Amino acid sequence: MSDKDEHTSPRNPDNRIELERMAADDENKAQILKHPPEGPEGEPLHRPADVHTRVVRDRKGVRHKVEVPSTGHSWDGIEEYDNPLPRWWLWTFYATIVWAVGYLFFYPAIPMLNHATQGLLGTSYRKEVAAEIQRFNDANAPIQAKLVETPLDQIAADPELANYTANAGAAIFRTWCAQCHGSGAGGAVGYPSLLDNDWLWGGTLDDIHTTIQHGIRDPNDEEARYSEMPRFGADGLLDRTQIRQVVNHVLALSGQPHDAALAAEGATVFADNCTACHGEDGKGDRTQGAPDLTDAVWLYGSDPATITRIVHDGPFGVMPSWSSRLSEADIRAVAAYVHSLGGGE
Amino acid sequence: MSKADIDPPQLYAAREPIFPRRVQGWFRNLKWIIMAVTLGIYYVTPWIRWDRGPNLPDQAVLVDLANRRFFFFWIEIWPHEFYFVAGLLVMAGLGLFLFTSALGRVWCGYTCPQTVWTDLFILTERWVEGDRNARVRLWNAPWDARKLRLRLTKWAIWLVIALLTGGAWVFYFTDAPTLLGNLLTGQAHPVAYITMAILTATTFLFGGFAREQICIYACPWPRIQAAMMDEDTLTVAYREWRGEPRGKSNVKRRSRAEAVAAEATSHAAGPAVGRKYPPTPYPGVPTGVDGPIPSDSPGDCIDCLACVNVCPMGIDIRDGQQMECITCALCIDACDDVMAKIGKPRGLIDYMALSDEAAERAGKPPRPVMRHILRPRTLLYFTLWAGIGIALIAALFLRSPIDLNVTPVRNPLYVTMADGAIRNTYALRLRNKQGEAREFTVQVLDDQGNPPQGVTVTLEGQPQARIPVAPDATQTQRLYLTAAPGTALAEGGQAELTLWVEDLGDGTRAHVDTVFHGRSEK
Repeated sequence: MSDKDEHTSPRNPDNRIELERMAADDENKAQILKHPPEGPEGEPLHRPADVHTRVVRDRKGVRHKVEVPSTGHSWDGIEEYDNPLPRWWLWTFYATIVWAVGYLFFYPAIPMLNHATQGLLGTSYRKEVAAEIQRFNDANAPIQAKLVETPLDQIAADPELANYTANAGAAIFRTWCAQCHGSGAGGAVGYPSLLDNDWLWGGTLDDIHTTIQHGIRDPNDEEARYSEMPRFGADGLLDRTQIRQVVNHVLALSGQPHDAALAAEGATVFADNCTACHGEDGKGDRTQGAPDLTDAVWLYGSDPATITRIVHDGPFGVMPSWSSRLSEADIRAVAAYVHSLGGGE
Repeated sequence: MSKADIDPPQLYAAREPIFPRRVQGWFRNLKWIIMAVTLGIYYVTPWIRWDRGPNLPDQAVLVDLANRRFFFFWIEIWPHEFYFVAGLLVMAGLGLFLFTSALGRVWCGYTCPQTVWTDLFILTERWVEGDRNARVRLWNAPWDARKLRLRLTKWAIWLVIALLTGGAWVFYFTDAPTLLGNLLTGQAHPVAYITMAILTATTFLFGGFAREQICIYACPWPRIQAAMMDEDTLTVAYREWRGEPRGKSNVKRRSRAEAVAAEATSHAAGPAVGRKYPPTPYPGVPTGVDGPIPSDSPGDCIDCLACVNVCPMGIDIRDGQQMECITCALCIDACDDVMAKIGKPRGLIDYMALSDEAAERAGKPPRPVMRHILRPRTLLYFTLWAGIGIALIAALFLRSPIDLNVTPVRNPLYVTMADGAIRNTYALRLRNKQGEAREFTVQVLDDQGNPPQGVTVTLEGQPQARIPVAPDATQTQRLYLTAAPGTALAEGGQAELTLWVEDLGDGTRAHVDTVFHGRSEK
């Protein structure tokens, strides 16, 4: 300890704790030396408590005990000895250096301005990811081919295909369909629930398949399902009174609270304007995507205000055609998945 | 020796070769027995057969990673029951704490695979190259034909042992007889060969060359165990008060008569020559036959280095407790042998608690062994260990024969059907633990135990309303409960329900509680 070395100088306040600890250690040591552990006869023990030894061989191979020096580091009286490291440790360390040099040459290692060095093995994690994706596509190719060849109504009977459509279909649904129909396929206002037994365009596997393939009212697909409900109010086809009457008639059809007098008059309006699509009994027509007005399922809502708005403005729900974005196997998988959610017919 | 004879201190030290001498005695015999039992269990277990009927493996102990099953005699553990394995691991940990706090590093000294296989390798080494002195001579001898022959023989035997070790391991993971055939004809899975190669290499290196280095440098357990031990822990120790001052001059009496006389000057009282393994001698100190021993009388240690020469860790137990010591107790055997020869009581090196050392030094009797072992710490460890054990056994017997769980599909909470009925969807998972295909039916009861009014149960894709489950497999089934419009369930909020599942094969029933969300649920 000297005043000149700033790391041990008592004048440096940073050393205060360390110096106090060293002083405490020295005091502790002095105490032990003053009262050394005693043997049975009051003699000090033969072996001083603070000498550490280790065994070494001399040149003739004879073992000797030598005292191990202290590094001088001491914490609460526990000293760190200056034992040599095992030699295998040193060789292991050298081996890691050799490994590091090899790694430097064989793998991408040194970052440059635009990219890292490529390495002699040409390893690239992007390529590995691409290869993994390719591997999965290749692995799925046979079952996808089989799915396309199998008639739709026989998919469920084949356990392998059923398992594939259940899993792949669910993944495709969550990727492409969940945005409108919800991740649980429960639908939303204006977007039909796929879980119930009420279908606008049909709930058989074939119907669902066609709907996904070509979409509904998609102007980009010639074969898209198409129908258009007139804008009875906006285009002046019905006046306000007639609309009120027909709305009450529709409420009466589904057994909801209504004004019986208005509803009776609305029956005439309904018969003149609505039965072409919704049918005389109001049960709808799936070939035109016309909903059943007598049941409990309502796409936009069953309250008088909503029904009035629909009659006045006319709905025009659009679902895109998927045949340009999904493969036939994907469309079949997601059709089978939707069919299995509880509403399939 | 002068300082000049010794090489100057090096930053890095080569391993000091250790040539443990052969030793005979009680603890050596115990170690042989434990070695035979543990190695026997390890090598034989995969070959025990156990008939479980068709479609299930007939290997008594099998870790079937491919099918995610663990078979242990009559017990079959599925992945979802992994808590059994976790519980066993906790028990293993607590068991180690218990034994370490009571008996020191008995795990290290007797049963650790590193110790057992190193012991086996040293035994082989002794068969091939001779005992300690012959091995030291061979070590120092120049490389000639004889040395090469002995070394190659030894390494070859080691390699065979190592190969058998790695070979036995892989049998725990597939059907052993089939795998053996495949291994011999080269048709086994590469993983089997790679595992065997790795385990062969590690056994060969760790047992043959690294040995005590693994314990000192690689294993964390010696460091942790220091925290498990206290002054009441029984461990291998040297009775310093009795042995010191040590010296070669202490050995001068060989006859029986001389031995009796020797006891008069011994620091230790207790049984004299003859009985090789009496209990720990009562060491009234300082007592002699004719009054107190003069304080300048020599100690019982004759510095013969027998304890050092037999030590597989290459340490001197007389230096006190050391991290390297695995408490294999071979030094006790070696020292007892010497004490018998020079006519002193056994137990200069002995299993003892550190508090006994202090008591004996002060002339007091040591505490009885059972008092050391039965103390709050060990009793607490034992209670915890036994508690978990009992809980695991109880869980094992209370396992339902049908494993069943149900998840209500909450997206959406309910579906309104065209007629206004309310339908809830559930994902039902059924595990068939039988070795044959089974069919199950589902029934629903309300919280009063009655079938709720107006509720129908339907199963997706199962018009027969039966769920077929393949043998030893799990099946997920989409299940619908439809409450007719106007019923309490359909119009209400959340209601408690119980689903009962019946195995049509043997009539076993199991149930699981769930809920139904009605129209008023927000």
